[in-house]
Order: sequence, then structure tokens, then C-alpha cells
Amino acid sequence: MKENTPLLQVQDLKVYFYTEEKEELRAVDGVSFYLKEGETIALVGESGCGKSVTSLAILRLIDSDGKIQGGKIILRGRDLLSLSEKEMREIRGRDISMIFQEPSSALNPVYTVGDQIMEAIILHQKLPRPQARKAAEEALRLVGIPEARKRLDEYPHELSGGMKQRAMIAMALSCHPKVLIADEPTTSLDVTIQAQILELIAELQHRLNMGVILITHDLGVVAGMAERVVIMYAGKVVEEGSRWDIFHHSFHPYTWGLLHSIPRLDIKQEKLAIIPGAVPDPLNFPSGCRFRNRCPLADELCLTEPQWREIESQHYVYCHHYSQVEVLKTRGFER
Amino acid sequence: MNDTPLLQVQNLKQYFPIRAGVLRKIVDWVKAVDGVSFEVSPGETLGVVGESGCGKSTLGMSIMRLYEPTEGKVFFQGQEISSLQSSQLKNIRRDIQMIFQDPFTSLDPRMHVGPIIEEGMKVHHLASLPEIRRRALDLLEKVGLGAEYFSRYPHEFSGGQRQRIGIARALALSPRLIVADEPVSSLDVSVRSQILNLLKDLKKEYQLTYIFISHDLAVVRQVCNRVMVMYLGKVVEIAEGEVFFSTPYHPYSVALISAVPVPDPDYEVKRIILSGDVPSPINPPEGCRFHTRCPVAQEICQQVEPVLEQKEKNHWVACHFPGSLSYKGQ
Repeated sequence: MKENTPLLQVQDLKVYFYTEEKEELRAVDGVSFYLKEGETIALVGESGCGKSVTSLAILRLIDSDGKIQGGKIILRGRDLLSLSEKEMREIRGRDISMIFQEPSSALNPVYTVGDQIMEAIILHQKLPRPQARKAAEEALRLVGIPEARKRLDEYPHELSGGMKQRAMIAMALSCHPKVLIADEPTTSLDVTIQAQILELIAELQHRLNMGVILITHDLGVVAGMAERVVIMYAGKVVEEGSRWDIFHHSFHPYTWGLLHSIPRLDIKQEKLAIIPGAVPDPLNFPSGCRFRNRCPLADELCLTEPQWREIESQHYVYCHHYSQVEVLKTRGFER
Repeated sequence: MNDTPLLQVQNLKQYFPIRAGVLRKIVDWVKAVDGVSFEVSPGETLGVVGESGCGKSTLGMSIMRLYEPTEGKVFFQGQEISSLQSSQLKNIRRDIQMIFQDPFTSLDPRMHVGPIIEEGMKVHHLASLPEIRRRALDLLEKVGLGAEYFSRYPHEFSGGQRQRIGIARALALSPRLIVADEPVSSLDVSVRSQILNLLKDLKKEYQLTYIFISHDLAVVRQVCNRVMVMYLGKVVEIAEGEVFFSTPYHPYSVALISAVPVPDPDYEVKRIILSGDVPSPINPPEGCRFHTRCPVAQEICQQVEPVLEQKEKNHWVACHFPGSLSYKGQ
């Protein structure tokens, strides 16, 4: 199952956007990571860190304001960035599928659920309509939608939020993709529904042996789902490691700060750690280390770009002062 | 905390009409809040939790009289406020202030930040104009923004900073009670803890009482002394915070707690996955409203609606089989 060559490799990806005043906005600025077959990784970060743009770039769905300015996206030896739009359409939905945060806006309101699922099946598997309809019904059953046949003829507005998300997952999985990108798949859902959907994704991932890229800001979800974690900040990857590395032994001050500032259900925390300031404006990212103006360890060295270092096996960090992160334990995040 | 409650809510109901047809006749009612009673003691933070559609936000608005309650009574410091004329409400609104979820829509985009904070004080003639100005500047400092932000517009601020402005505005009238409706839900993770710590500090400094409405149980555990759980317009459980999180009685509370993802890969919990969705508040299920999703429901639950009863001191639950479900153990 696990091979040495990764299923998907993102190498030094750069996606820039341009404002009306021709200002350059480096939303994704040299991002690299890989995904193995049957593995779940999480891309974690706050708004504007570039995690969603990265995922859209993998599918080459960046809109006209933005441009992929460099890097490679290699799916089983093929660089997706060198493909024609026609070849890319073959990839989307068949090899790589995506589910979105807002199922209500990702589903087309004027087509029935069945028609939308069948569209991909007819396109990729070249099945005639009756068979495609059967396959769509099967897909709905796979995601645990009761009365699947009846639901095929319903419109998205007739489904609840959780059911819509299931329908979208059914659509994404209808052609058995090798890679599933799930962009904040449960953020708009209630916690009891979130639990249902996460369980469903994990189960299907196992059953279909998919590689899953989970994009989220919720470290709770990450701890329960991901084998490896990629932490992003302001368009860069700042740390990457197994979930144990990240949760128990993080080296980047940002990762450390995030983990200690989130309220936890399982313990009563007297005072939460604070990362001062806010996420920087992408038009004005600080030079050198982009986290330096919020970082308690920052000094002159941080005016220069840190190196991407492997600290322990398969545990990478992008920080000059990673070795001092322990200091934060006693000192906290106060400067 | 002393004995006289700051706020008392008795059998509060808030129904919204559903109209249909050419004549816009009322065909049905959405029973958003359906007979809710509770008390808030001075100095405490009461967390109101539940999923979307449970009525928690509506409850906040009804207490503030931003909606006219359909039925029921609300007392503030012993005075009934649910029947006050709107002219008399003005003073009450000084004592009860609100912080909203979305700091992007709750601030007037055409006003400077300073005047936004000053407005309430001017309306209530709280002080002379220079004194009001001085207090507004002072509040900007208190919420961690600084006086230099006085003449800026809301759009120049990040979400967290806007929420600080909203907090300063609420504090300007020296309220006794603050109803905070999902005050950190729209903020980035790294900014949430800043605002939560600020709310805690201000509570101490100004001896505030909070009603903290939230869907996020992890946040509620960190800021609330007491927790009240709502489901489909009803209160299903009320308990002291730590008691609630260690031994919840209602199966819905147990399922909620067990479903929250914890940021620790070694955390183990018996996850109780509820099937189905929250039913519609237009036609809530007969009997116990939770019975359609409850893993321990029996026949009686479909027929008889359980009443909210005190099972232990200060621990109230509305369930025929309280404590029969647990998220602990394997």
C-alpha cells in the first residue's frame, strides 16, 4: 500500500494574485509537501495563510486575478502544471476530487442532486444515463443518505446542511478518485453533524484507499484525523511532521502558540496563551520570517529568511530559533 | 455571587409566524424559544450552548427585548422588564448590553470608532461631552487598542480589533449584564484567546455578569461558571461548569461533549455519534424533543415530555433517564 514515491507532490508552489493597482499578493510563496497513497494529511493555518489557495492550485482552479508563478504539482509522475486545460478536466473529479466548506454554495441549486452526481460519472466513466443513475444512487448510499433513490430527484435546498455535505462527498467520490481534497469540510456544520461527516470521511478513505488532504483551522479535527500535519503561515509552510511531532513536540513558535492558545474541552485552563497581534496583510508580509512581528523569540536574525530544516526524521521546521522553543514553556508568549 | 438573581427568566416563549398565500395568513409558528426559565446571579458567567436552531441566539435577543416575547416574564434586578413600554426600556438597555458575533456587520461603517463608542453615552446623557470623550479614549486603552485609533473607520481594523471596539461600545454604558452572542466564533484561532482573556479580565475589573451564548463547548468550559444546554427551544440541562463537563446527565449533553474534537492525538473518548439532524422547530417531536436522535430513548420518551427537575443541588435536567449515557470509558 505505502510506496516510496508519493502519490502527489507539491514542490515550491507559488501562487500570486494581482490587485487592480497591480500590486502583487504572494498568497502561496514556495509551498512544498507530499501525500502518500491512502494517507491523510492536514494543511493547517488561519485565514489568509494560503491553505485554500494551495488546494485550488492543485486542481488548477485559480481564478483570473491569480497566477501560478512557479513550482510543480506532480501526480504519479505527471506535472499537472504542464497539462492542457482539456487534459486537466480529465484529472478533476476522476483522479483528484474536492469537497468544499459551504455545501449550499458548491451545489448547483437548479439541478437535482442526481443530475449533479451523474454529470461527473457520465463525463469520466462514459456510462449511459440509466447506468450512471444507478452509480449515483450507489454513491448516495455509500455516504449514508437514506432513501437514496428518492433523493436523486430532489434539489439541494430540500436537503439539510449535513445531508448536503454528504451529497457533495458522494459527488466527489463517485469516480473513485485517488486524492480527495477536503477544504474545511465541517466548518459550517454543527458539532454532532461534524462528528458524523468526519467519521464518514475516515471510513471512506480507508475503504477506497484514498489520499486525503484535509484543509482546516481546527486543530481538534486534525488530531483526530491526520497522520501528518503541515502548518502554514502567511503563504509559507512553517512546520511539518507526524501528528505526534506536531502536537507533542512542535518546534515552530507559531505552532506552539496555536496549540497553547486554543481553548480545550478536556481541561480547565486558567489563562490561555496569547499570540499577540493579528495575521499580517498579504500585501505587506514582513521581510525575512513572516511571523517575526508576533514572535517572542524574534531578533535581528529573523530579518533574514529561515532555512527549511529537518530536525528529526521527517520533522521539518522553518525557523531560526527552533531550538529555543522550550523557553516558551516557562516564559509564555509575552515578549 | 449572592442570592438575589440579577436576571430571572420565567417561561419565556418566542414564536415567529410563518405566513403564506396572497393574504399572508399565518399558517404556522416557529417555536424558537418554547418555555425557558432560568436565573443569572450577579458576577457569574452563564454559558448558553446548543446547535444552530436551538434558540440560543433568539433567547438573547428576547431578553434584550429586541424581539417582543410571545409569552413569559423577564425580571432584571427584581423589576419586570418584559412588560415595560419602549420609553421605559431605555434605562434597562443601559444595564444590559450586547456583544455580537460578527464584528463586520455590527459596527456602522460610516462612523469613526470613537463616536461609535461615544454614541450610547451621548444618548443617555451620561456625562458632559469632554468627559464622554475622555471615557471613550480610556475604553479604547482598556480593550487594548489605544487612543490613537479614535478617528479611524471600522474597515481599517482586523476582525479581532473590531470585536474589541464592540466590547468597548458595550462597556461604555457601565452595564451590569452583557449578553455576548458567539463573540469569538468569527475570529481566527490565534485571536480568539486574546478576546477571551480580555472578556475575563474586564469581568473582574468591572464586576460584570455575562450570558455567553456559544456553540463551542471548549470555549464555554474556559469562560463560564455555569452551563445551560438548549435543544429545539427547550432547556435540557443546567449545571455548574465543572460538574457539567465531568458528569453531564442529559444524553444530548453527553453526545455534544463527546463530539467535540480535542487537539491531542492521545485523547480518547467514547464518541457518541447521533444519527440524523435536528428536527424542525415548526413541528418539534412529541414527548421529549430529543427522542428521535437519543441513543437511550424508551417508549415513554415519545409520549411524555420530561420536565426540568433538580436532580442534585443546582443541577437541573429534563430527561426521563438522566445519567444513562456516558462518554467516558471504552
